[in-house]
Amino acid sequence: MKTRYSFGGDEHVYVEVDEEMSLEAFFVALSLRNAVAEANIPGVTEICPANASFEVRFNPDVISPDEMMARIKELEHKAEAGEKRLDTRIVEVPVYFQDPWTHETLMRFRERHQDPEASDLEYAARINGYDSVEAFIEAYHSQPWFVSMVGFVAGLPFLYQLVEREKQIEVPKYLRPRTDTPKHTVGIGGCFGCIYSVRGAGGYQMFGITPMTIFDPTQTVSYLQDFMVFFKPGDIVKWKPIDRAEFDRIEAAVKDGTYTPRIAEVTFDLEAFNADMAGTNAKLMEALNGV
Amino acid sequence: MAFKVVKPGLSTTIQDLGRPGYFHLGIPEGGAMDRFAMRVANMLVGNDEAEAGLEAVFMGPELTFEDDTLVAVTGGEMPIMVDGEPRESWSSFVVKAGQTLSFGFLKSGARIYIAFGGGIDTPSALGSRSTYPIGALGGVEGRAIAADDVIPVGKSKGMTERTLDKALLAPVDTPVSLRVLPGLYWHRLTPASQAQFFADEWTVAPEADRMGYRFRGGAPMEFVEREQPFGAGSDPSNIVDGCYSYGSIQVPGGQEPIVLHRDAVSGGGYFTLGAVISADMDLIGQLQPNTKVRFVEVTMEQALAARTARRERLDKIRAALG
Repeated sequence: MKTRYSFGGDEHVYVEVDEEMSLEAFFVALSLRNAVAEANIPGVTEICPANASFEVRFNPDVISPDEMMARIKELEHKAEAGEKRLDTRIVEVPVYFQDPWTHETLMRFRERHQDPEASDLEYAARINGYDSVEAFIEAYHSQPWFVSMVGFVAGLPFLYQLVEREKQIEVPKYLRPRTDTPKHTVGIGGCFGCIYSVRGAGGYQMFGITPMTIFDPTQTVSYLQDFMVFFKPGDIVKWKPIDRAEFDRIEAAVKDGTYTPRIAEVTFDLEAFNADMAGTNAKLMEALNGV
Repeated sequence: MAFKVVKPGLSTTIQDLGRPGYFHLGIPEGGAMDRFAMRVANMLVGNDEAEAGLEAVFMGPELTFEDDTLVAVTGGEMPIMVDGEPRESWSSFVVKAGQTLSFGFLKSGARIYIAFGGGIDTPSALGSRSTYPIGALGGVEGRAIAADDVIPVGKSKGMTERTLDKALLAPVDTPVSLRVLPGLYWHRLTPASQAQFFADEWTVAPEADRMGYRFRGGAPMEFVEREQPFGAGSDPSNIVDGCYSYGSIQVPGGQEPIVLHRDAVSGGGYFTLGAVISADMDLIGQLQPNTKVRFVEVTMEQALAARTARRERLDKIRAALG
């Protein structure tokens, strides 16, 4: 890991902890981001964390850009020594794989895809070495994922698969982005899973759809009344495959205010995870099943 | 106090100076594309500069007023009429109850700003009335204005008409110069490609909106060869998804640069070669498709000097209109 600092115009400092994605880079970026927040540097207006990087927006009328960057660099050693442990939560997210809506959408944008003859799932299964779409879906949902970034558009989570790197699913993004993606589409681009929080443009491969609302500007959904965005970095997600009947039931329950997401409080320790991924994941899922 | 929308125009949205503080959740700052024009429009009607007004792109709306209202129009050049009688831009004038404000065809620029004495008084969302349609935040129920909307206006501080001396406005070059501070993932481009980006003349593409402005006409970019880092994706223009700066310039596939603007996506997996400096962001909001543009390399020192010059210009206008 080699941290790189750069200016984004005269109002941003961009800090890239590592070029490549890893949970180590995520945790160092998180610690450094937290250290910058705690330092209360005058002129800082917002700090945006990302997967293996973060960005500080500041007012150059209050603090000079060079001083701003120097203040962040001073905190680097502290962040690297920081604890790679997080008190967080695991959330069960129901997914209707191979749903009719993402299928209709992917058919409309076939000419923008690497393999116009196959569906997104068939293509992703093949290039990742799975014999069938079913085996691929099983690999996608059987182990938990880690929310390493929230953004792009309102409340959209980027997720990192909690398995050995050689087992991680990787797919390219569409050759040219689609102009449409159904709201709540579950998919993947590069190594990152995502849930599209709103309808709109997108380039990730589309696998299914969740009935769970994750962004609600009206704040009427029962579990989004405190804040309109559901996810935050560090959340852990376990996908649960569901069928059409279950999808309809949950969607109706979200609407009438009777749906409560299944959530358990957990601690994620990176060292423990690296030492025993299967065991750590089993414990995380056990906590969820105990709810 | 209120006015009614007879015709909404092409895409007319309620905007103020935006909702900073939620970009880390993917909710952009938003607000007027041309902050300078919005601020001056507010000054002309005696408002606080952060009050909400209307931003109309390419085509003006038609509005009828329920009460006497002090109005000012700034930004792009577009004929202004009250019951068919012409009015001056960069000036405030009273529109009487029952009268209609309408507009002719756009002559230059891309967006006009309409301020109302007292400011638009729709409900604010996350601290701003600015419309962010993708997230259904602000505006009228999260959307642009539509025919038959009745838009509430707050209490005015008076009916004093003011006129701005247009000599106080900044001149605009042809072709337009957008000053850029190289940085972020600038090192991904070969030195020849870096030089070419500044040497080429670019044209504003039709895909130019509040999220970002796309440019075409320059040479495709050449990347420094490397093995793509894990998680980035296979295209040389891909990076591990990171945060985007306002004004940052991404070039998907190395083809057409996109400058992210007020309704920017907050992050993604394309490399960025630097950012347009804060002093030139307003100018982008006034660019029409097909406008010729050159990107001009500047240092941080020059970026800060431009920022100071912009602030001093606003201070002069504040003093003149105060």
